[in-house]
Amino acid sequence: MTGPSVSELDTIIGNSWKKPAFIKRTWLRWGLLIGALIYLVLAINSVEVNWHRVWEGLDRGARFVAAFARPDFVTRWTDISAGMLESIIMTIASSVVGIAISIPIGLGAARNISPLPVYLVCRGIVAISRALQEIIVAILLVAIFGFGPLAGFLTLSFATIGFLSKLLAEDIEAMDKVQAEAIRASGARWWQWINYGVQPQVMPRLIGLSMYRLDINFRESAILGLVGAGGIGATLNTAFDRYEYDTAAAILIIIIVIVMGLEYLSGIIRARVQ
Amino acid sequence: MLRLEGLDKTYATGDRALKAVDLEVSKGQVLALIGPSGAGKSTLIRCVNRLVEPTGGKAYLDDVELTTLSSAALRRERRRMGMIFQEYALVERLTVMENVLSGRLGYVGFWRSFLRRFPQSDVDEAYRLLDRVGLLHMADKRADELSGGQRQRVGICRALIQNPALLLVDEPTASLDPKTSREIMRLIVEMCRERGLAAIINIHDVALAQMFVERVVGLELGALVFDGTPDELTPDVLTRIYGEEDWEATIEKVDEDDNEASQ
Amino acid sequence: MVSIKRSDGSQVWRKRTTGQSMVRWFGWLVGVAVFVWAWNFISEATTWFFVWDAPRIAGDIFSRATPPRWSYMEKLWEPIWDTLNIATLGTIFALFMAIPVAFMAARNTTPSRWIVRPIALLIIVSTRSINSLIWALLLIAIIGPGVFAGIVAISIRSIGFCAKLLYEAIEEINEVQVEAITATGASKLQTMAYGIVPQIMPAFAGIAVFRWDINIRESTVLGLVGAGGIGLQLSSSLNVLAWPQVTLILLVILLAVVIGEWVSAKVRGAII
Repeated sequence: MTGPSVSELDTIIGNSWKKPAFIKRTWLRWGLLIGALIYLVLAINSVEVNWHRVWEGLDRGARFVAAFARPDFVTRWTDISAGMLESIIMTIASSVVGIAISIPIGLGAARNISPLPVYLVCRGIVAISRALQEIIVAILLVAIFGFGPLAGFLTLSFATIGFLSKLLAEDIEAMDKVQAEAIRASGARWWQWINYGVQPQVMPRLIGLSMYRLDINFRESAILGLVGAGGIGATLNTAFDRYEYDTAAAILIIIIVIVMGLEYLSGIIRARVQ
Repeated sequence: MLRLEGLDKTYATGDRALKAVDLEVSKGQVLALIGPSGAGKSTLIRCVNRLVEPTGGKAYLDDVELTTLSSAALRRERRRMGMIFQEYALVERLTVMENVLSGRLGYVGFWRSFLRRFPQSDVDEAYRLLDRVGLLHMADKRADELSGGQRQRVGICRALIQNPALLLVDEPTASLDPKTSREIMRLIVEMCRERGLAAIINIHDVALAQMFVERVVGLELGALVFDGTPDELTPDVLTRIYGEEDWEATIEKVDEDDNEASQ
Repeated sequence: MVSIKRSDGSQVWRKRTTGQSMVRWFGWLVGVAVFVWAWNFISEATTWFFVWDAPRIAGDIFSRATPPRWSYMEKLWEPIWDTLNIATLGTIFALFMAIPVAFMAARNTTPSRWIVRPIALLIIVSTRSINSLIWALLLIAIIGPGVFAGIVAISIRSIGFCAKLLYEAIEEINEVQVEAITATGASKLQTMAYGIVPQIMPAFAGIAVFRWDINIRESTVLGLVGAGGIGLQLSSSLNVLAWPQVTLILLVILLAVVIGEWVSAKVRGAII
């Protein structure tokens, strides 16, 4: 075996060894490190913590944790069940409408199957929907349409479009071209091409993503009530305001259980379609 | 120096991978363990350093009984058994030097190793070993930038820097091309001679085994069925281990290859 | 796919058997019925007069909301700084807490499969299922309003998210590399530091930046319930119907979200 010359080894022996740094340029490494430290110090100092208030609060926190051990489903059951029903209905309706609208928009936002003007319009819709959080959209829609589940329904549908269309479009752009072209080569019309060449490839993922979005919509529907857009959020807010931790705990437990159930269900469905 | 007495392993699935294996390896002896895949070669060497817990029997390293050691004592004994792996098993995102130095982990405290502050004597030894295998200039490269043969050399350095008395080698050449395979086998055997190490080398390539070792042990379905010198590996013996096949070709090829292989 | 034998003996290709298509049609029927029922419910809870009036109201709000009141910007710098801190500090705390939870939840590193792992999974699912706004509500009730409540809310919400992604990464590591480190006689802690940590480092960095990006979004609205940041200004402007200020705040939030996404994409590109 021909190793490096002996002298190379001799010069290296006795030298200390350090792990090569992740960022090679020294000034950049130290600059980033010092910058990060300065930021952290400034940030932490600017946070005003009323430790006295926190200390007092620990007692309430303990009571809240204790409330989880004996949640009260009964006292406000009518409020809870009405709010939950509204949340579930908003979730279902908005998921159906959102998915139905995201499919054409997703097709339009895929560069490889749609003409440029359509692509730009669809991408624009996706970008707007993704940049605005649900709660802000809900505030605006409540201002326009009034209080109630309609505003929540519209909010969640709108958010679903941004989420699903983007992922669907990316999926279509990444699909296997050969399969799709084989269908096109057989003289199919555009919609036939979509139906036979594109749909089978993206369908399993679309179903998986739809289930995931259903899950997200339910979680989001739980907060829309805070701004008057319907759902369990209003009930939850009232419970916190009145310090009724046992009722709040009951609501949170129901939310967690439903989310777990949805995740379990979507796991099964995804396993079946793939 | 290594003595196995009735070593037995039954997996939770009910498969009995080792059937009361008795084996004695003397100091400085290099031994090839041959046998078809699934014969229990991997299980055997993993039962020695207890990466796999044996379910019966005893294993002695010098006079220390390994199978009953507490975890702290086991770690101390593991330092004396260097292991070389099939797919190199380098930590790919660490540098070559870190991979070699990781062989010293059993000797160095947690914080020292965490901060990469190894004693100078370890660092020097790592450089010497890397130089010996011709990879000194690669010390600060990341392990995943290396070729297969280079990675296995780093794997050898990692095992040797432990300052072991015994090497456990699991299919060192399985993913290498024929030429590199020989280089690696030669390197392992040379290192064992230089340092007076005993070694158990699992290998499915009979020709390669015959070329380099002084003792061959055959394993079939978890039981020892052959123990002798490479010359004693007759077609009958191979049939016994691997099943019916025309073995003359394999054995003859060895002699030719050996002449070619001399660099 | 099946082929069905007709009475005259010829084979016909069908995608599904008759039974399967019946089940399918029934499934669709139930689906449509559920949707119609849900829609009726929403429709009944809606005052349709407001809806028909919506275009006029929207136009009204739009005309009142433009142009944005640029001079209000000087009052926004501090809330912006707070928002950034809530997101960043919240992410950092969350990561510190997510690491042990992830190691306890991963099948290959958990100290005990039947006691510790279920607890870790429970922590993950419960923190993840509940929106940060709800955590903020809860924390405000407990420790009072302010930036601190926001930081804690963001970190609690992020624990489950980060821990879930991280424990999936831990379960996907190459076990042989860990075995090799174990074989050298390394302790449990050393095996973790040399065998596992280097393997999950890229995933960890990716998760951190990804969550930071999401947290920037979430921290902009935490103020709506009183947990500090720019949402506080949004909420007070909405309360007094100061629409030009609302417009400016929404523009700032939009910009923050876009910048956040850009930074996280850049950093992820540099790491991976």
